[in-house]
Amino acid sequence: MEYCNCFESPWPADELLMKYQYISDFFIALAYFSIPLELIYFVKKSAVFPYRWVLVQFGAFIVLCGATHLINLWTFNMHTRTVAVVMTTAKVLTAAVSCATALMLVHIIPDLLSVKTRELFLKNKAAELDREMGLIRTQEETGRHVRMLTHEIRSTLDRHTILKTTLVELGRTLALEECALWMPSQTGLELNLSYTLHHIMPVGLSVPIQLPVINQVFNTSHAVKISPSSPVAWLRSSGNNMPGEVVAVRVPLLHLSNFQIHDWPELSTKRYALLVLTLPSNSARQWHVHELELVEVVADQVAVALSHAAILEESMKARDLLMKQNLALDVARREAETAVHARNDFLAVMNHEMRTPIHAIIALSSLLQETELSPEQRLMVETILKSSNLLATLINDVLDLSRLEDGSLQLEIGTFNLHSLFREVLNLIKPIAAVKKLYVTLILSPDLIEHAVGDEKRLMQVLLNVVGNAIKFTKEGGVTVSAFVTKSDSLRDPRAPDFFPAHSDNHFYLRVEVKDTGSGINPQEIPKLFMKFVQSQPLATKNPGGSGLGLAICKRFVNLMEGHIWIESDGPGRGSTVIFIVKLGIPARLNESKLPFLHKAPGNQIELNFSGLKVVVMDDNSVGRMVTKGLLVHLGCDVLAVSSAEECVRAVSNEHKVVFLDVSMAAVDSFEVAVRMREKFSKRSERPFIVALTGNTERMIKEKCRKVGMDGVILKPVSVDKMRRVLSDILEHGYLVESQ
Amino acid sequence: MEIVGQLQKQFVDFSTSLNHEGFLDEQYLQLQKLQDESNPDFVCEVVSLFFDDSEKLLNNLATALQQQVVDFKQVDAHVHQFKGSSSSIGAQRVKNMCVAFRNFCEEKNLDGCLRCLQQLKHEYFLVKNKLETLFRLERQIVEAGGTVPVIG
Repeated sequence: MEYCNCFESPWPADELLMKYQYISDFFIALAYFSIPLELIYFVKKSAVFPYRWVLVQFGAFIVLCGATHLINLWTFNMHTRTVAVVMTTAKVLTAAVSCATALMLVHIIPDLLSVKTRELFLKNKAAELDREMGLIRTQEETGRHVRMLTHEIRSTLDRHTILKTTLVELGRTLALEECALWMPSQTGLELNLSYTLHHIMPVGLSVPIQLPVINQVFNTSHAVKISPSSPVAWLRSSGNNMPGEVVAVRVPLLHLSNFQIHDWPELSTKRYALLVLTLPSNSARQWHVHELELVEVVADQVAVALSHAAILEESMKARDLLMKQNLALDVARREAETAVHARNDFLAVMNHEMRTPIHAIIALSSLLQETELSPEQRLMVETILKSSNLLATLINDVLDLSRLEDGSLQLEIGTFNLHSLFREVLNLIKPIAAVKKLYVTLILSPDLIEHAVGDEKRLMQVLLNVVGNAIKFTKEGGVTVSAFVTKSDSLRDPRAPDFFPAHSDNHFYLRVEVKDTGSGINPQEIPKLFMKFVQSQPLATKNPGGSGLGLAICKRFVNLMEGHIWIESDGPGRGSTVIFIVKLGIPARLNESKLPFLHKAPGNQIELNFSGLKVVVMDDNSVGRMVTKGLLVHLGCDVLAVSSAEECVRAVSNEHKVVFLDVSMAAVDSFEVAVRMREKFSKRSERPFIVALTGNTERMIKEKCRKVGMDGVILKPVSVDKMRRVLSDILEHGYLVESQ
Repeated sequence: MEIVGQLQKQFVDFSTSLNHEGFLDEQYLQLQKLQDESNPDFVCEVVSLFFDDSEKLLNNLATALQQQVVDFKQVDAHVHQFKGSSSSIGAQRVKNMCVAFRNFCEEKNLDGCLRCLQQLKHEYFLVKNKLETLFRLERQIVEAGGTVPVIG
């Protein structure tokens, strides 16, 4: 018998069982073959699969298993040895591969597992990043809100708008239930509720500033969470609502503009306002850090904006004030100008009005003196005369001084004899000095020129005043007047460092020293002497004289003459010296010579300029008046023609240099005009020259003219040449050289 | 310019004749000297003034001499005025007539005065006529484009 490998089954082979096994093996093989196909298919599809060779291994394992099971199908029945060998080979291979695979999987599975872990880890990370992104976005939002808020706040300079905007924007950004600003009161002891967003609390509520919660907030620059039940966060009792969290922050109120945003000066700011923010109740929201930061930033910005607004308000107020002040000053200035004008007008009028009666009094009193008087009457008249002279001097001084102050006084420059000026002053002084038994000495330096150009009248006035003062304040001894030309070095007065006399070719500086042996002056009093209306009280004197103006006027005249005047004294009882320096011109020899003017031959045309010379023509005959006027106009004069004596006397002023009177007028006595004009102008230098025009060749007329004080007579008809000669003669000499 | 030359010659002849005949003397020449650019119508103005003045004076004189009782002082005053203005103009013959008139006034000779008045009027109108002719000639010369010659 053949050796049979078939198993002797203990039980008889069941056909059914066999069938089922047969089918199962078949399906198993199918599955085993299809799995690698699937794997290959899907792996081919996927892009990334790091374990290909594992796949191959696995595939091989599966295939072999499948083959095994497939071959198993043939072993159910009687099978040949080949089948048995194939079966055995397949099983052996399968065993090998499966063991290899099993071993390999030990390595692979942890790897696969770790992939999963990484994946989980990455997912977590992504979630975290998402969260953070959300946070950043929120922050960015709030940042945007802050910027917008700041922009809103800073875009206006009105404090109310600033504050209201702040509250509105904050409320919107942070979704607040209530936002309130408490401002310190004027006294600084209370906080008043000034602005609220939703008006949950009434405006005007006030709270004392010394509450601990408020102090706590004020002491830090951070936003502080406070209890919802504190007075500043007071909510109306809203039942059983859970009140939202409350945060308060201080808002510094600055009044200065020098602050730095990150470095609040702790000391200088004393006043704070309180900003209280309430989250909605029942919202379970909490204050986040970034929200608190936002609130702090906003508070800073509000502080800045408020201070800017305050500064602007102040500067507007200051500007308004300045404008008002300007207007007031303008008005005041105009008023002052008007006052000055009024004063000048007044002075101008009083000048004439006051002088006229005074002169009348003086003239008539002197005339009265000439008549027969009893001794008492004579005494009375003398007193009247003295008083009125004093008054006249006083008036003149005051009026002169006011003109000097205005700067309206101008020097009348002319050529004069310097030596004779000194002599004249001394002659005037000598009688008074003789009465007081004082000597008067005049020393004229040999290099002092005889003639000079300057204001003779004012210089004489200064000299007279100074010498007169010397005499007045000297009881014994005398007065010495010395005059010399000075060089630049000795001109400098140590007390007048600003006085820089400049030399030039046609000017020189005259230095006059008036030394007296009188009562002397206290050195401290010296500056006061030159001030108006100040009288130094001499020690024991009954001298009432002087208005105190004399030296002040002298000083001004000397200054006008570009000079300087000062007093030196060694003290009371040691006498004093008045020194003044004035600038005078040197007359050019050729054309300013005062040599007698010889009558030139008619052919010699002298170009003398009469342009602008003011003259008056009086003639009641209209034709004759017109002809004479035409004559003078042709020569360049500024002619005023009058037709009556009244008009003539009224119109003539000291600006007119010559008055031409027609004496052939029958109805009017022209001689009377001459007399009245002499009366009107008491000073010789102010009076115009009076020239008579007559067609009458009688000698009587000439005599009469001379007697009434006329300066010349011209026979009509007058030619242009004749008039020119007459004018030049009269202006040169003051009288007509020969009768024309 | 023939016309200008002729007119000018006429003017010169006429002026000279006036001078020779004693109607106008040196004073008139002096007046002409006073006329310049700044005072271009001086002579004309003075002469017009003289005419007005004289006519007034002549009327006053006539009135004064027709009074019942003649006030010779008044008459003298008028004549004096007339003398003054005529001598200012250089109307020589008028002036001389005034001198004569004044003599009669001093003598209080009414007939003499009346006669003088007549003669005065006559002389005045003569010189007035002459002056007007002179001015007309001047105007013609200026209109013809020439310049008025200066005498003396």
